[in-house]
Amino acid sequence: MTDWLCAIDHKRVGILYMLSALVFFLAGGMEAMVMRAQLAAPNLKLIAPQTYNQVFTMHGTTMIFLVAMPVLTGLAVYLVPLMIGANETALPRLGALSFWLQFFGGILLYFSFATGDAPNAGWFSYAPLSEKPFSPGAGLDYWALALLMIAGSSVGSAINLAVTVATERAPGMTMRLVPLFVWTTLVTSVMIVFALPALAASLVMLLSDRLQYGQFFDPVQGGAPLLWQHYFWIFGHPEVYIVVLPAFGMISEIIPVFSRKPIFGYPFMATSTVAIAFLSYGVWVHHMFAVALGRNFLAVFAAASMLISVPTGMKIFSWVATMWGGAIRFTTAMLFAVAFLLEFTVGGLSGVAFATVPVDWQLTDTYFVVAHIHYVLFGGTVFAVLAGIHYWFPKFSGRMMDEKLGRWSFWLIVLGFNAAFFVQHFLGLLGMTRRVYTYPSLPWFGALNVISTVGAAILVFGIFIFLCNVGMSLLFGAKADDDPWNAWTLEWAAASPPLLQNFAEVPEVRSRRPLWDLKHPEAPDWIAS
Amino acid sequence: MIAAVFSLVLIIAAVIFLVVAAGVCYSCLRYRSRGNAMAEPRQVFGSRRVEILWTVIPLLIVTGLFVVTVRAMVAIDASQDSSRAPDLVITGHQWWWDALYPNGVLATGDIHIPTSRRLLARIQSADVIHDFWVPELARKMDAVPGRASYIWLEADTPGTYGGACSEFCGTQHAWMRFRVIAEPEADFENWLTNEAGERSADAPRLLYFSDERLFFSKGCGSCHSTIAREQSSGKGPSLAGLSRREFLGGGISRNTPENLMLWLTDPQAAKPGNRMPNTPLTADERRVLLAYLERL
Repeated sequence: MTDWLCAIDHKRVGILYMLSALVFFLAGGMEAMVMRAQLAAPNLKLIAPQTYNQVFTMHGTTMIFLVAMPVLTGLAVYLVPLMIGANETALPRLGALSFWLQFFGGILLYFSFATGDAPNAGWFSYAPLSEKPFSPGAGLDYWALALLMIAGSSVGSAINLAVTVATERAPGMTMRLVPLFVWTTLVTSVMIVFALPALAASLVMLLSDRLQYGQFFDPVQGGAPLLWQHYFWIFGHPEVYIVVLPAFGMISEIIPVFSRKPIFGYPFMATSTVAIAFLSYGVWVHHMFAVALGRNFLAVFAAASMLISVPTGMKIFSWVATMWGGAIRFTTAMLFAVAFLLEFTVGGLSGVAFATVPVDWQLTDTYFVVAHIHYVLFGGTVFAVLAGIHYWFPKFSGRMMDEKLGRWSFWLIVLGFNAAFFVQHFLGLLGMTRRVYTYPSLPWFGALNVISTVGAAILVFGIFIFLCNVGMSLLFGAKADDDPWNAWTLEWAAASPPLLQNFAEVPEVRSRRPLWDLKHPEAPDWIAS
Repeated sequence: MIAAVFSLVLIIAAVIFLVVAAGVCYSCLRYRSRGNAMAEPRQVFGSRRVEILWTVIPLLIVTGLFVVTVRAMVAIDASQDSSRAPDLVITGHQWWWDALYPNGVLATGDIHIPTSRRLLARIQSADVIHDFWVPELARKMDAVPGRASYIWLEADTPGTYGGACSEFCGTQHAWMRFRVIAEPEADFENWLTNEAGERSADAPRLLYFSDERLFFSKGCGSCHSTIAREQSSGKGPSLAGLSRREFLGGGISRNTPENLMLWLTDPQAAKPGNRMPNTPLTADERRVLLAYLERL
């Protein structure tokens, strides 16, 4: 027990991050089911409106800050040192401190439920609704303090990862040769360092307003409610890419291995990641298109928002081209990666609809947005994480996951996810606004919502099968050897699971696929590419 | 206009999705491993030409889309610094909407507009951020406290159009619905003069009727006005014209005597979270007040 509580080894800290994310994922998932139950039919009164608003606020906050970020950080903390041939992260104590800040931030947030007054102003907590006169309870103070801790934690772990990539690479591994997951982790880490302080600043201002009679956002006292929105989304849009780019990185590792081909266009893939990072700081106002901010001002952000679809599209085409001409093995990991491709494409394209300002003027804050973000964050990030867990599970545990249960969970999750969220596009087009605890019995509203709720239940069942698979495989899974997938990056040269010292001896790195070079001395990459 | 832009985006998106899906499906079927695990396929590392191609084509598409976007924005959007006085001032409150007409009439819940005329509407908020949205008639517009925003509101055909608040604004965001009733110019003018003429706000308030006296003596009048041309206190919605409304409480219930009675017996049961306090009333008083409300 104390081994884990005092752990600073990157593998243990990584596992702790993932376990903490799992716990909060179950909490956030339960909140989602409470919402879907309440929305299953028009005019239901299963829970009070005040409760619904707490639940959707906690669902959004939990899934972004306590699930998506920590699980991706956990995977990066575990895998990046292994992928670059290092034995540890550069700043292991900062890594451990970051985890515990993150974990206790989550506990602080959930403690607000025990006080009977959970935050209820949405994960975006727009002022002045979040100000004392409209939200007098302590819930928003818990929310702001918890997020301050988590923002600090994210910056700490990001610095640790960035320094690790910068300083701990194996001899010969230049930045042109690191795996793409390492590239996306590095870029994400730099983005976190620049984006999270905007959130922290806005939280300090909000707390000052709420606790010290500050006047940043309260219009009655001369404050500016829109200032909150600018600060929040200067953080909030890079944040979307912070939880999507590492998913891109994982897909870029998994598709090549199971297609038996190197990634198509590595330099374009790395460059497009950097391009997305830069552009992501210039698109925040597309969350505010419904505010009258001036046509020219909006047009600039519309242009940037459309432009960001170009590097994102390049990645999708590259993944398809990687599969093209390969010899594809449909393991569960690959199935999740292929589903990711199609679902993320849907989410990306509906994003282009929102960049088209007049369309946004109709569809923003409707269920079309709810569909869009879930196609990006669930169809995208969560599917990539599931692909990643199936792919790296043998490395984490030394055991194989069960492929039969894997297939069952995959098809249930695909079916449930698409049933739950695809119909929400139509609900948005029909005019159903989001963040409502109930809705009138308008044509199609009831039918589409019940499909969505049934889909969500199937999705939960699929996740349950997945968790059973993880549990059973940990106990009874077939022993995994060091390199069960015949893969090419350095983590597969370490033992499964890796020893405390990852590598007794790091293989020679002369190309992007050092293990390919070892297995194919007749045609190594450093000659072929 | 927005529908046309959306159709264009939808078609482009559908084509791109089909291209990606076709590529994925073809690869999955055609390039499935045939079991010979040792034989690796040809190792292709990329192709500069193809990669430039799929950078340039999307760039051209989004450039075209950007041009369409800007033109549509110009066509749809009202100028935000117009010197022209607005035709009506629409205010969002927690949780109802009202519209003030130039002749001083304040309409709550049901907003009347004439057809065949483009109205300049000022959108504002009395408390937190709301968003005024009538999907069939206009773009949505955030109502930000301390800020005036303008939209064009226009209906080609007479009818009743549903609207809703589209920005989360607190406990009863779900029931901040309203209706826009578009009618021919003559009918609209009739309605407006009727509302204005019903009783002048300037006339001395003589409480002729005992039910009206009860309404004010119980303090209802400190939040609710009952005259269309009286300035609203802002604390509660105006009750002028209540009997002609189809819905109560921003759409939470139909305007029936039973539902109206619930507001007198237990306002928090009628609409949880609203600001109306529970006023102790005897059964007789409630009956009298109900009759009064029904003739407003």
